Amino acid sequence: MKKLTIPEEEYMLPGHTACLGCGATIAMRYVLKALGKNTILSIPACCWAVIPGVYPHRNLEVPLLYTAFEVTGAAISGIREALDALGKEDVNVVGFAGDGGTADIGLQALSAAAERGHNVFYIMYDNEAYMNTGIQRSGSTPMGAWTTTTPGGKKRMYKWEPKKSVAEIMVAHHIPYVATATIAYPEDMISKLKRAKEIKGPKFFQILSPCPTGWRHSPDKTVEVSRLAVQTNIFPLYEVINGKYKISIKPKNPKPVKEYLRLQGRFRHLTEEEIAMIQKNVDENWKALLKKERCSQEEE
Amino acid sequence: MRMILTGNESAAWGAKLSRPKVIAAYPITPQTSIIETIADFIANGEMDARYIRVESEHSAMAACIAAQNTGVRTYTATSAHGLALMHEVLIWASGARLPIVMSVVNRAMAPPWSVWTDQLDTMAERDSGWIQVYTQNNQEVLDSIIMSYKIAEKHNILMPTMVIEDAFILSHTSEGVEIPDQKDVDDFLGEYNPAFKLDPDEPAGFGSLIMPEGPYMEFRYKMALAMEEARNEIKKVVEEYNEKFNRSYSPFIEEYRTEDADAIMVVLGTIGSTAKDVVDRMREKGKKVGVARVRYFRPFPADEMRALAKKTNMIGVVDRSYSFGPGADLYAETKSVLYGYANIPVKNYVMGLGGRDITPQILEKVFNDMLSIAKEGVVDREVEWVGLQGDKRWS
Ligand SMILES: Cc1ncc(C[n+]2csc(CCOP(=O)(O)OP(=O)(O)O)c2C)c(N)n1
Ligand code: SF4
Ligand SMILES: [Mg+2]
Repeated sequence: MKKLTIPEEEYMLPGHTACLGCGATIAMRYVLKALGKNTILSIPACCWAVIPGVYPHRNLEVPLLYTAFEVTGAAISGIREALDALGKEDVNVVGFAGDGGTADIGLQALSAAAERGHNVFYIMYDNEAYMNTGIQRSGSTPMGAWTTTTPGGKKRMYKWEPKKSVAEIMVAHHIPYVATATIAYPEDMISKLKRAKEIKGPKFFQILSPCPTGWRHSPDKTVEVSRLAVQTNIFPLYEVINGKYKISIKPKNPKPVKEYLRLQGRFRHLTEEEIAMIQKNVDENWKALLKKERCSQEEE
Repeated sequence: MRMILTGNESAAWGAKLSRPKVIAAYPITPQTSIIETIADFIANGEMDARYIRVESEHSAMAACIAAQNTGVRTYTATSAHGLALMHEVLIWASGARLPIVMSVVNRAMAPPWSVWTDQLDTMAERDSGWIQVYTQNNQEVLDSIIMSYKIAEKHNILMPTMVIEDAFILSHTSEGVEIPDQKDVDDFLGEYNPAFKLDPDEPAGFGSLIMPEGPYMEFRYKMALAMEEARNEIKKVVEEYNEKFNRSYSPFIEEYRTEDADAIMVVLGTIGSTAKDVVDRMREKGKKVGVARVRYFRPFPADEMRALAKKTNMIGVVDRSYSFGPGADLYAETKSVLYGYANIPVKNYVMGLGGRDITPQILEKVFNDMLSIAKEGVVDREVEWVGLQGDKRWS
């Protein structure tokens, strides 16, 4: 029998205001389990600015600073330096922001914080659109998806630009730790967070967090969708430590991406050709990732 | 054609009818359904515009500025934090004399987070050089966008314009709205005729460095003159629109039962409709009160306000924001234009911040307070916050 490695302590209490089956909520729960009580959170405008509850309720047992939408990178820099000035170097500082707050409006502040090298965690919970404002496209929305600003119509539109690779952008900042994770693999996520905790400097996580409301899947499929994202290679799990790539899970027989897409209403309109195009994109990205792993390991 | 539309759908219709060629926008509650409706129009081929789905409001305005400077009509929409993030480029847009039209849905500013109606966001931009028109119903939202393009684009004006609606009370509430025919709007607006543009055939630089003795000050002076001149154009265009589309807008201040009023309440936006209803009820009881709903806050209707003061013994100014100055903005400006022209008491009632309901009951109490001031001839306190938690006086 294998022993469960997920800590039993809870820092996220029940009674949140998220939708049924919210992946972002599960992500927060695991992040706090991994990092523990000695943590300060900074959260910009996003679903997670609402999920803790409406005043005077709050479902988190760690201190939380709400901030404006675009400032997370700067906010965690400020908290970190203030704590260090107070001699509290052991407190974890965590920016917890959505994909819009990270890939789009907050990219500048994130980039600068990473480049300056503050000892912080930046966690991008990626639900692949602006969900708090009701499902608008972000730079992290995948190819082919329906959103309310890329709606289908008689002239057809949808979102066709490829998903921006924020994890890769962060690798290009030469920070000590970058990882992807998703909620269907909690042990992988928690072990990565614990590894990162031992590293001083900026640590970036991109956590794929299915959103039944915006992805149009049934709320009981959140974990299944998350698992399929990994098993189809559309969202590979990997970490990059000091520039060295290590893929966490290499599916032996990757499933066709169609299995992932067909569970979600946001892809319902896709034609066979379009699915084939997305498959091709997934295959190419996966090959490129394998190459990066090989090349960066070879350097030694 | 008549349709049931929310305030935000009305804004999207107003934009569609005005045929902007470039739209750059970023979502924010409670503006989002404007830009979602526009996305649907475009996806269905009902609107022929380039739609730039920018990564922030700062970029939304920056992209509109650049597109407008390239010679096309543009549109965008925002709210609260989005407007505040635009601040730098709002001043750029007016300084560059680009007649951009933007919808703003009034929303409170954080912290704490609040998405409900409050006018701090637009009041904080009163010095950005934008014309500001506040609306009271969905029809006025739609019509004001069309009129705003016409006024802003006149070559003697060239000032960008905000068409402002209250969050939820208008943005998400449905009403019957008369949609003008596209052909009539095309006739009314005409093709966009830029006063200048980026053009390789006529190379010019826009916005270069200028020395203190150079014409920087003269540029600002010309903006001041244009804002003054806008008064005349607003009057003309509103009259023309009323005529052509069978409407009855007052250009600057909509007065309601102000003749012979002992006290007049000055308001902005949807508070006007509640106040008018309360006035009717109070008039039935023989209490002589009236309402003046200010439509244009920029340019500020100084002459109209002075004329208003001549009709009454007391003015109560309701503000749905606070400015940490001598009272809130509408009050401070009203009082300043009356100085030396009318010697009547003026009092500021600050209420409804963060979307707190402004009920007929509260307004009736305020009117009664105004009537007693009118009678006594003195103001007890110049600025009063109405409806604070635990304050029994107004509940
Ligand atoms: C400057 C500014 N612009 C826009 C908004 C409105 N807004 C709040 S949350 C949000 C979307 C957040 O998307 P994301 O970061 O992906 O988080 P999610 O809601 O999807 O969890 C937007 C557009 C804002 N609060 N501030
Ligand atoms: S919209 Fe999506 S991310 Fe936001 S609370 Fe609901 S399920 Fe979670
Ligand atoms: Mg998101």
